[in-house]
Amino acid sequence: MRLLTHNMLSSNIKGVTNGFPLLIEVEKVVEKQVDFNEDFLRNMFPKIEWKALVEASRTMGYTELPENAESSMLDSDEFLGKFHHALVELHLEEGALVCPETGRKFPVNKGIPNMLLHEDEV
Amino acid sequence: MTSRPELQAPPEIFYNDDEARKYTSSSRIIEIQAKLSERALELLALPNDGVHRLLLDIGCGSGLSGETLTENGHQWIGLDISQSMLDVALEREVEGDLVLGDMGQGLDLRTGVIDGAISISAVQWLCNADKSSHEPRIRLKAFFGSLYRSLARGARAVLQVYPENLAQRELILSFAMRAGFSGGVVVDYPHSTKSRKEYLVLTCGPPSLSSAAPRGKGEDGESCSDEDSSGDEDNQSVCVSDRHRPRKKQKLNKKMKGREWVLRKKEQRRRKGTAVPADTKYTARKRKARF
Repeated sequence: MRLLTHNMLSSNIKGVTNGFPLLIEVEKVVEKQVDFNEDFLRNMFPKIEWKALVEASRTMGYTELPENAESSMLDSDEFLGKFHHALVELHLEEGALVCPETGRKFPVNKGIPNMLLHEDEV
Repeated sequence: MTSRPELQAPPEIFYNDDEARKYTSSSRIIEIQAKLSERALELLALPNDGVHRLLLDIGCGSGLSGETLTENGHQWIGLDISQSMLDVALEREVEGDLVLGDMGQGLDLRTGVIDGAISISAVQWLCNADKSSHEPRIRLKAFFGSLYRSLARGARAVLQVYPENLAQRELILSFAMRAGFSGGVVVDYPHSTKSRKEYLVLTCGPPSLSSAAPRGKGEDGESCSDEDSSGDEDNQSVCVSDRHRPRKKQKLNKKMKGREWVLRKKEQRRRKGTAVPADTKYTARKRKARF
């Protein structure tokens, strides 16, 4: 699961007001090579919750992302490279996503997060 | 004719390891799913600016539909309830991120982040009450409500469905409308039982000319798709005739050689000079199968 997806996921448990962002518990991180696509990065930038991305990438062991980011930084190739790496090249293979309000864990196996809710959580 | 899978077992049980493997290795299914995905992507009417978008594949299964999205350059997140199907998707090394989840529980996505959503042959599963807490209405409401929230303004969702009957189709459509979607149903090849396919084309936002459902492909040999200029003010619709599909459709139609064809052929031969029996009410009458 890439951080791109993590940045979109939110906890849907009944009663939770703000299930975003999910905290990450890392067991295994894999780095995969992905083709660099500037257009996609530019298009995604406004949608990304930057703080959540920085937090998540740090938990995964990547500390290069700046704390704050503005769209003007997209003109810098160096920044784009880091953004690209954090967004689509870091994969959480094994671990868990944790709901920030209830602490409920969503296990991640083989890169697939299990977001199935129990009967009482719907 | 085999019964509908939806009537046999809940999807996470029906699509077990064996079924998942069978499904994904059937060339017929692969071909159909690819065609459906291409058509859904077409109906999604994403602006043709070459920008790669983030799409959602609801009920992505083993990734057959997702591959079409990747081929068209998009990033996608796939959701499915069957671990077995997702395992096959992993084996096939699909590009999209996979999530194990139940669409009837609501999509776990942030507001307004998705540029478009497709679903191939999945949403009708919501209409079955598999567990006692699975009241279909609640699930449909949760699904469409969360889908509406997760789509960016003006984004579309194209859901190819196999409703069991008219009532089911109406049910699905009514919950989509209640969630705030505008749009309608596009039916391709409505008169052919085999080729008939239904797509719910839903737009996130108030109804406008640009969210009017495009025309389905029919028997007139020409397939028109209203091209949306959803950004433009004038909302002109352009008719594009697809050169490839009509030919295929006409070929399929020629299966039956009806009375008309026989009479035409007899007339031709008479003109040539061969002795041809007279045309009576018995000409080209349907014979018993054993004949």
